Amino acid sequence: MDIVINISSGLCLFVGSFLCLSGGVGMLRFPDFYTRMHAAGVTDTLGSAMILIGLMIISTGFLVFIKLVMILLLGMLIGPTTSHVLAKAALHNGLEPQLGHEDADNKETTSSNP
Amino acid sequence: MKRHTFNLFLTLTAFWLLNSGHYSALMLLLGLASIVFVLIITKRMDVVDQESIPLYLTPNIFGYYLWLIKEIIYANIVVVKHIWRGQKSICPALKKIKISQTTDMGKVIYANSITLTPGTVAIDLIDDEILVHALHFRDIEFLEGSEMDRRICLLERK
Repeated sequence: MDIVINISSGLCLFVGSFLCLSGGVGMLRFPDFYTRMHAAGVTDTLGSAMILIGLMIISTGFLVFIKLVMILLLGMLIGPTTSHVLAKAALHNGLEPQLGHEDADNKETTSSNP
Repeated sequence: MKRHTFNLFLTLTAFWLLNSGHYSALMLLLGLASIVFVLIITKRMDVVDQESIPLYLTPNIFGYYLWLIKEIIYANIVVVKHIWRGQKSICPALKKIKISQTTDMGKVIYANSITLTPGTVAIDLIDDEILVHALHFRDIEFLEGSEMDRRICLLERK
């Protein structure tokens, strides 16, 4: 039983760390502000959630578990709110998003940022 | 009003008890005092209403959460794929989409769900339209397919 708990917790922590790392790599790789925000979203949601779940599995005692759940819920509420405010502020201050060229598809393209 | 205050009291009590972990008489009394203090403040600020204590969502919200978690996991995999494949694979798009929620709560839940799902961010909310920025225009097409929209409408139905 002990080994199952340890392995599953370790697995969750590993996946969480990988997702957080991916978020960081995306921050560096993506071209503009808005797309970078999406990369940060990975760290925000599933990355932190998996790490917290991993900690929940090995947590000792009910109170520690509940506190981790509260941190998770708080993060899930604060994450989107802050990214929304960030994006809104950026757009209202005139930062134009780079839009992709949908070459293969027949939708209208609007390319900006000359 | 009375009912909402009572619900707030119960929620705060549960929150205090779960956070504290100290159950001596003095601590419990201090906790009670702080809860009453908060209740008095919220009463004076006149912020206790159905909007600030949305317990009426409780019966339906867990099903919605399960569905949302599934969507978040799926969207995360997609975004991580984009990240490791690099810039070539993304195709950012900005578009206004129609929403069918009428209440403020419904609109906020929808906009927050959009932002919570990686790959899409709700930038602005004007009347019944949400301005969405997405990492790939297909994500917006998925939102327009309105699975999420429909589920939030169901959520609010009492």
